[in-house]
Amino acid sequence: LANRTPLYDWHLAHRARMVDFAGWDMPVQYTSIIDEHQAVRTGAGLFDISHMGRLAIDGPDALALIQEVYTNDAGALKPGQVRYGLVCNEQGGIRDDVLVYRLPSFWLMVVNASNREKIVAWLAQHRADDNVRVRDMTSAWAMVAVQGPRAVQIVTRVLAEPRWHADSTSPPDQLAYYHALLPAGGRIDVDNLIIVSRTGYTGEDGFEVILPAGRVAALVEDACRIAEEQGTTLVPCGLGARDTLRLEAAMPLYGHELSEDIDPFQAGLSWAVKMEKGDFIGRDTLARRRLDVGLPRRVGIEMEGKRIARERAAILAAGEPVGQVTSGTFAPTLQKAIAMAYVGPAHARVGAQLDVDVRGKAAPARVVPLPFYKRPKP
Amino acid sequence: MDPKNLRFASTHEWASLEGDVCTVGISKFAVEQLTDIVYVELPEVGDHVFAGESFGEIESVKAVSDLYSPVNGEVVQINEKLLDDPTKIADDPYGKGWMAKIKVEPGSTLEHLLTLDKYEKQIASEGH
Repeated sequence: LANRTPLYDWHLAHRARMVDFAGWDMPVQYTSIIDEHQAVRTGAGLFDISHMGRLAIDGPDALALIQEVYTNDAGALKPGQVRYGLVCNEQGGIRDDVLVYRLPSFWLMVVNASNREKIVAWLAQHRADDNVRVRDMTSAWAMVAVQGPRAVQIVTRVLAEPRWHADSTSPPDQLAYYHALLPAGGRIDVDNLIIVSRTGYTGEDGFEVILPAGRVAALVEDACRIAEEQGTTLVPCGLGARDTLRLEAAMPLYGHELSEDIDPFQAGLSWAVKMEKGDFIGRDTLARRRLDVGLPRRVGIEMEGKRIARERAAILAAGEPVGQVTSGTFAPTLQKAIAMAYVGPAHARVGAQLDVDVRGKAAPARVVPLPFYKRPKP
Repeated sequence: MDPKNLRFASTHEWASLEGDVCTVGISKFAVEQLTDIVYVELPEVGDHVFAGESFGEIESVKAVSDLYSPVNGEVVQINEKLLDDPTKIADDPYGKGWMAKIKVEPGSTLEHLLTLDKYEKQIASEGH
């Protein structure tokens, strides 16, 4: 039986089309993927991302455990900072891509729904002693994202309500990208917390909010009402729009661009690997793989025509296979068919002319710089 | 066109026969399931098409699907406006969203296709 988030009834009430996603019954769309996508690019969209795994890690050796399994440098984080990184296997392949939050009284690791059990087991396996505790808070806490140029005004106003008052040191509009609000008191109560971070998976400005499962429906109702009062609409968005938005922003998705066989350098994520931070799982092999210029690379592909290159379609050069599409869609903001793919290094340079095998027909395409879409600077 | 006067394939295409020319498109149900139609590929005039065989493709943001001809015959006209603006299919599936006109053999009928009533029962039994 599929897992349900605390917003399951809310999704049905908003006439969502539900699909199974990594064992969760999730909304794929409420109205139209394109309309939901455009709402995030031009206004504000609301996503239930409670299916994401939320692991609270504390104890004297919490940092040591995170550093052991994580490619980025958690030791460099200041309280309230959030950082993207990878969990690699011994061969340098990617087991998951995660966000690590440094909070006043514990660390938080947000992992992919599809990898949650695998990562929980991995952390247990690499826990050296009893001086670290890992708690899976996924069902106790809910998580929603408010994304889009109007997200900041909505979230700021919501958190000004006494019932949501995060008692924070700064209002949301003062929050820097990849930072979370810190409670003025210094400690976070695990049973009654609200973690607000300026993060997201859409390429737009926005926030992600973690709070007790029993309170999320009320928060969502308040946010929608406040948006209406502000003359805007907080549009419910499903996984369909989440996928087109992240694809335009060229953010990788585990199981598509990332897998146990792909290393972070191939994926273009070298910025999330800190070789100099000290030892971590996969570091030795990564030191060698980093220099291996023969491995396929993640590239952006733009189709010349309107045909969409779908996942697993072969990439051809002069009729010969040179790679494979990992994600492809019609990009609503760009009004073009785009894809991400892995191709051999000889074909990975920007401007390379390639074909994609679209259901047996060669469709012309070319390699373009990533990201496909970058939000205009305010 | 009034869907009550149309016949439907179980693969969600509709057909309307006037004389020996059959107009075809896809059902409102198909459009609602696809949502976000971004591309359609139609057969070419002069192509011979066969009932139950693919004669085109339709892409939504999420997926690509085959279009199946509901009848045997020769394509005599296609709705070229859809190639530039496939949203017409969703806006008016039984009217401006028609896809092709197919010349059938004299004496052909649509008896092998479903009435609206039977088609709607099929949709219901698919659990939608």
